[in-house]
Amino acid sequence: MQNMIWTYINAFIVGGVICAAGQILIDKTKLTSARILVLFVTTGVILSALGVYQKIVDIGGAGATIPLSGFGYTLTRGVFRDVESLGILGAFTGGLKATAAGITAAILFGYIISVAAVPKAKR
Amino acid sequence: MQKGLTKQEYQQYVEKMSPKSKILRNVFRAFLVGGLICVVGQFFINILKLRGIDQERASTITTLIMVFLGALFTGLNVYDELGRFAGAGSIIPITGFANSIVSPAMEHKTEGYVMGVGGKMFVVAGPVLVYGISASVIAGILYYLIHK
Repeated sequence: MQNMIWTYINAFIVGGVICAAGQILIDKTKLTSARILVLFVTTGVILSALGVYQKIVDIGGAGATIPLSGFGYTLTRGVFRDVESLGILGAFTGGLKATAAGITAAILFGYIISVAAVPKAKR
Repeated sequence: MQKGLTKQEYQQYVEKMSPKSKILRNVFRAFLVGGLICVVGQFFINILKLRGIDQERASTITTLIMVFLGALFTGLNVYDELGRFAGAGSIIPITGFANSIVSPAMEHKTEGYVMGVGGKMFVVAGPVLVYGISASVIAGILYYLIHK
Protein backbone atom coordinates (compact mmCIF):
# COMPACT_ATOMS: atom_id res chain seq x y z
CA MET A 1 0.00 0.00 0.00
CA GLN A 2 2.77 2.39 0.98
CA ASN A 3 4.58 1.54 -2.24
CA MET A 4 1.48 2.21 -4.30
CA ILE A 5 1.09 5.70 -2.89
CA TRP A 6 4.68 6.44 -3.88
CA THR A 7 4.02 5.39 -7.47
CA TYR A 8 1.38 8.13 -7.64
CA ILE A 9 3.60 10.76 -6.03
CA ASN A 10 6.49 9.90 -8.34
CA ALA A 11 4.24 9.88 -11.41
CA PHE A 12 2.85 13.28 -10.42
CA ILE A 13 6.25 14.86 -9.88
CA VAL A 14 8.04 13.38 -12.90
CA GLY A 15 5.08 13.95 -15.25
CA GLY A 16 4.58 17.44 -13.85
CA VAL A 17 8.22 18.38 -14.31
CA ILE A 18 8.25 17.14 -17.92
CA CYS A 19 5.13 19.18 -18.71
CA ALA A 20 6.50 22.21 -16.86
CA ALA A 21 9.65 22.00 -19.01
CA GLY A 22 7.41 22.04 -22.08
CA GLN A 23 5.54 25.07 -20.77
CA ILE A 24 8.80 26.97 -20.21
CA LEU A 25 9.75 26.21 -23.83
CA ILE A 26 6.36 27.46 -25.05
CA ASP A 27 6.55 30.68 -23.05
CA LYS A 28 10.21 31.43 -23.78
CA THR A 29 10.34 30.44 -27.44
CA LYS A 30 6.77 30.72 -28.72
CA LEU A 31 7.11 27.26 -30.26
CA THR A 32 3.81 25.90 -31.60
CA SER A 33 2.36 22.82 -29.96
CA ALA A 34 3.19 20.71 -33.05
CA ARG A 35 6.87 21.63 -32.73
CA ILE A 36 6.78 20.99 -28.99
CA LEU A 37 5.38 17.49 -29.56
CA VAL A 38 7.97 16.74 -32.28
CA LEU A 39 10.72 18.02 -29.98
CA PHE A 40 9.52 15.84 -27.10
CA VAL A 41 9.18 12.64 -29.08
CA THR A 42 12.63 13.14 -30.64
CA THR A 43 14.19 13.99 -27.29
CA GLY A 44 12.54 10.86 -25.90
CA VAL A 45 14.20 8.76 -28.61
CA ILE A 46 17.64 10.30 -28.00
CA LEU A 47 17.48 9.99 -24.20
CA SER A 48 16.24 6.40 -24.50
CA ALA A 49 19.04 5.50 -26.90
CA LEU A 50 21.52 6.91 -24.37
CA GLY A 51 19.91 4.83 -21.62
CA VAL A 52 18.89 7.91 -19.65
CA TYR A 53 15.16 7.66 -20.18
CA GLN A 54 14.96 4.15 -18.74
CA LYS A 55 16.13 5.61 -15.44
CA ILE A 56 13.41 8.26 -15.58
CA VAL A 57 10.83 5.54 -16.30
CA ASP A 58 12.14 3.49 -13.37
CA ILE A 59 11.49 6.44 -11.06
CA GLY A 60 8.43 8.07 -12.58
CA GLY A 61 6.45 5.16 -14.03
CA ALA A 62 3.47 6.64 -15.87
CA GLY A 63 4.94 10.07 -15.17
CA ALA A 64 7.59 9.18 -17.77
CA THR A 65 5.61 6.95 -20.15
CA ILE A 66 2.45 9.09 -20.49
CA PRO A 67 4.21 12.26 -21.76
CA LEU A 68 5.03 12.10 -25.47
CA SER A 69 8.72 11.59 -24.70
CA GLY A 70 7.53 8.17 -23.47
CA PHE A 71 6.32 7.45 -27.00
CA GLY A 72 9.91 7.98 -28.16
CA TYR A 73 11.02 5.65 -25.37
CA THR A 74 8.64 2.89 -26.51
CA LEU A 75 9.77 3.34 -30.14
CA THR A 76 13.43 3.07 -29.21
CA ARG A 77 12.99 0.13 -26.87
CA GLY A 78 11.13 -1.75 -29.60
CA VAL A 79 13.82 -0.94 -32.16
CA PHE A 80 16.67 -2.08 -29.89
CA ARG A 81 14.83 -5.28 -29.03
CA ASP A 82 14.27 -6.15 -32.68
CA VAL A 83 17.85 -5.23 -33.61
CA GLU A 84 18.94 -7.79 -31.00
CA SER A 85 16.85 -10.54 -32.60
CA LEU A 86 16.69 -9.55 -36.29
CA GLY A 87 19.83 -7.49 -36.84
CA ILE A 88 19.70 -4.32 -38.92
CA LEU A 89 16.19 -5.21 -40.16
CA GLY A 90 15.01 -4.67 -36.59
CA ALA A 91 15.68 -0.93 -36.90
CA PHE A 92 12.81 -0.88 -39.39
CA THR A 93 10.41 -3.25 -37.62
CA GLY A 94 10.79 -2.70 -33.88
CA GLY A 95 9.48 0.84 -33.50
CA LEU A 96 6.06 0.41 -35.05
CA LYS A 97 5.71 -3.06 -33.57
CA ALA A 98 6.13 -1.70 -30.04
CA THR A 99 3.85 1.30 -30.62
CA ALA A 100 1.28 -0.45 -32.84
CA ALA A 101 -1.48 -0.49 -30.23
CA GLY A 102 -1.15 3.19 -29.38
CA ILE A 103 -0.97 4.37 -32.99
CA THR A 104 -3.86 2.16 -34.08
CA ALA A 105 -5.95 3.32 -31.14
CA ALA A 106 -5.19 6.96 -31.89
CA ILE A 107 -6.23 6.54 -35.53
CA LEU A 108 -9.37 4.48 -34.84
CA PHE A 109 -10.70 6.32 -31.78
CA GLY A 110 -9.62 9.63 -33.33
CA TYR A 111 -11.55 8.94 -36.51
CA ILE A 112 -14.71 7.65 -34.83
CA ILE A 113 -14.89 10.50 -32.35
CA SER A 114 -14.07 13.14 -35.00
CA VAL A 115 -16.95 11.88 -37.11
CA ALA A 116 -19.37 11.61 -34.19
CA ALA A 117 -18.51 14.87 -32.43
CA VAL A 118 -20.24 18.18 -32.96
CA PRO A 119 -17.65 20.96 -32.95
CA LYS A 120 -18.49 23.89 -30.74
CA ALA A 121 -18.67 27.31 -32.36
CA LYS A 122 -15.39 29.22 -31.92
CA ARG A 123 -15.51 31.73 -29.12
CA MET B 1 -2.21 45.28 -1.84
CA GLN B 2 0.10 48.23 -1.47
CA LYS B 3 -1.58 51.50 -0.74
CA GLY B 4 -0.80 54.93 -2.06
CA LEU B 5 -0.23 53.95 -5.67
CA THR B 6 -1.71 56.18 -8.31
CA LYS B 7 -3.42 54.54 -11.22
CA GLN B 8 -0.39 55.24 -13.40
CA GLU B 9 2.09 53.83 -10.92
CA TYR B 10 -0.03 50.78 -10.53
CA GLN B 11 -0.12 50.33 -14.29
CA GLN B 12 3.68 50.45 -14.40
CA TYR B 13 3.88 48.03 -11.51
CA VAL B 14 1.59 45.58 -13.29
CA GLU B 15 3.56 45.84 -16.50
CA LYS B 16 6.84 45.26 -14.70
CA MET B 17 5.62 42.25 -12.78
CA SER B 18 3.23 40.51 -15.13
CA PRO B 19 5.38 38.77 -17.78
CA LYS B 20 7.45 36.89 -15.26
CA SER B 21 4.61 35.92 -12.94
CA LYS B 22 2.54 34.96 -15.96
CA ILE B 23 5.17 32.44 -17.02
CA LEU B 24 5.40 31.20 -13.45
CA ARG B 25 1.64 30.78 -13.33
CA ASN B 26 1.60 28.93 -16.66
CA VAL B 27 4.41 26.62 -15.56
CA PHE B 28 2.63 25.86 -12.31
CA ARG B 29 -0.60 25.04 -14.14
CA ALA B 30 1.26 22.82 -16.63
CA PHE B 31 2.97 21.01 -13.77
CA LEU B 32 -0.30 20.49 -11.93
CA VAL B 33 -2.43 19.26 -14.83
CA GLY B 34 0.37 17.30 -16.52
CA GLY B 35 1.18 15.63 -13.21
CA LEU B 36 -2.46 14.78 -12.57
CA ILE B 37 -2.91 13.23 -16.02
CA CYS B 38 0.12 11.03 -15.32
CA VAL B 39 -1.42 10.05 -11.96
CA VAL B 40 -4.52 8.88 -13.85
CA GLY B 41 -2.23 6.81 -16.09
CA GLN B 42 -0.45 5.39 -13.05
CA PHE B 43 -3.84 4.45 -11.59
CA PHE B 44 -4.65 2.29 -14.64
CA ILE B 45 -1.17 0.71 -14.60
CA ASN B 46 -1.48 -0.15 -10.90
CA ILE B 47 -4.98 -1.61 -11.32
CA LEU B 48 -3.90 -3.74 -14.29
CA LYS B 49 -0.79 -4.96 -12.48
CA LEU B 50 -2.91 -5.93 -9.47
CA ARG B 51 -4.87 -8.14 -11.85
CA GLY B 52 -1.67 -9.96 -12.72
CA ILE B 53 -0.91 -8.25 -16.03
CA ASP B 54 2.80 -7.69 -16.60
CA GLN B 55 4.34 -4.21 -16.65
CA GLU B 56 4.70 -3.94 -20.41
CA ARG B 57 1.17 -5.02 -21.29
CA ALA B 58 -0.25 -2.88 -18.49
CA SER B 59 1.61 0.10 -19.94
CA THR B 60 0.28 -0.59 -23.45
CA ILE B 61 -3.31 -0.99 -22.27
CA THR B 62 -2.97 2.22 -20.27
CA THR B 63 -1.83 4.02 -23.43
CA LEU B 64 -4.95 2.73 -25.20
CA ILE B 65 -7.20 4.00 -22.41
CA MET B 66 -5.50 7.40 -22.21
CA VAL B 67 -5.65 7.86 -26.00
CA PHE B 68 -9.34 7.01 -25.90
CA LEU B 69 -10.00 9.43 -23.02
CA GLY B 70 -8.07 12.22 -24.75
CA ALA B 71 -10.05 11.72 -27.95
CA LEU B 72 -13.36 11.44 -26.09
CA PHE B 73 -12.91 14.61 -24.04
CA THR B 74 -11.82 16.45 -27.17
CA GLY B 75 -15.02 15.30 -28.88
CA LEU B 76 -17.03 16.54 -25.89
CA ASN B 77 -15.39 19.97 -26.30
CA VAL B 78 -13.81 19.64 -22.85
CA TYR B 79 -10.13 19.02 -23.65
CA ASP B 80 -9.50 22.23 -25.59
CA GLU B 81 -11.07 24.09 -22.69
CA LEU B 82 -8.64 22.34 -20.35
CA GLY B 83 -5.83 23.29 -22.74
CA ARG B 84 -6.61 26.97 -22.31
CA PHE B 85 -5.89 26.53 -18.61
CA ALA B 86 -3.12 23.95 -18.63
CA GLY B 87 -1.05 24.73 -21.74
CA ALA B 88 1.75 22.18 -22.03
CA GLY B 89 0.19 20.22 -19.17
CA SER B 90 -2.50 19.05 -21.57
CA ILE B 91 -0.40 19.10 -24.78
CA ILE B 92 2.52 16.85 -23.78
CA PRO B 93 0.73 13.82 -22.26
CA ILE B 94 -0.45 11.16 -24.73
CA THR B 95 -4.00 12.49 -24.23
CA GLY B 96 -2.75 15.67 -25.90
CA PHE B 97 -1.55 13.59 -28.86
CA ALA B 98 -5.10 12.22 -29.20
CA ASN B 99 -6.41 15.77 -28.87
CA SER B 100 -4.11 16.92 -31.68
CA ILE B 101 -5.73 14.27 -33.91
CA VAL B 102 -9.40 14.87 -33.06
CA SER B 103 -9.41 18.64 -32.66
CA PRO B 104 -8.45 19.63 -36.24
CA ALA B 105 -10.34 16.67 -37.74
CA MET B 106 -13.71 17.64 -36.24
CA GLU B 107 -13.14 21.28 -37.06
CA HIS B 108 -12.49 20.55 -40.74
CA LYS B 109 -15.29 18.02 -41.11
CA THR B 110 -17.05 20.34 -43.58
CA GLU B 111 -14.19 19.67 -46.02
CA GLY B 112 -15.35 16.07 -46.30
CA TYR B 113 -14.56 12.74 -44.73
CA VAL B 114 -11.45 12.02 -46.78
CA MET B 115 -9.45 15.24 -46.93
CA GLY B 116 -11.30 16.95 -44.08
CA VAL B 117 -11.41 14.31 -41.34
CA GLY B 118 -8.96 11.74 -42.74
CA GLY B 119 -6.40 14.33 -43.80
CA LYS B 120 -6.56 16.84 -40.95
CA MET B 121 -6.20 14.08 -38.34
CA PHE B 122 -2.48 14.11 -39.09
CA VAL B 123 -1.74 17.82 -39.11
CA VAL B 124 0.19 17.41 -35.84
CA ALA B 125 0.28 13.62 -35.41
CA GLY B 126 1.94 13.26 -38.85
CA PRO B 127 5.06 15.26 -37.97
CA VAL B 128 5.26 13.47 -34.61
CA LEU B 129 5.24 10.07 -36.33
CA VAL B 130 7.69 11.19 -39.03
CA TYR B 131 10.26 12.51 -36.57
CA GLY B 132 9.69 9.90 -33.88
CA ILE B 133 9.93 6.89 -36.20
CA SER B 134 12.82 8.32 -38.23
CA ALA B 135 14.81 9.12 -35.10
CA SER B 136 14.19 5.63 -33.72
CA VAL B 137 15.40 3.99 -36.96
CA ILE B 138 18.60 6.04 -36.85
CA ALA B 139 19.05 5.06 -33.19
CA GLY B 140 18.52 1.41 -34.17
CA ILE B 141 21.12 1.54 -36.95
CA LEU B 142 23.65 3.17 -34.61
CA TYR B 143 22.87 0.53 -31.97
CA TYR B 144 23.47 -2.19 -34.58
CA LEU B 145 26.78 -0.66 -35.68
CA ILE B 146 28.03 -0.28 -32.11
CA HIS B 147 26.81 -3.50 -30.50
CA LYS B 148 26.69 -6.05 -33.31
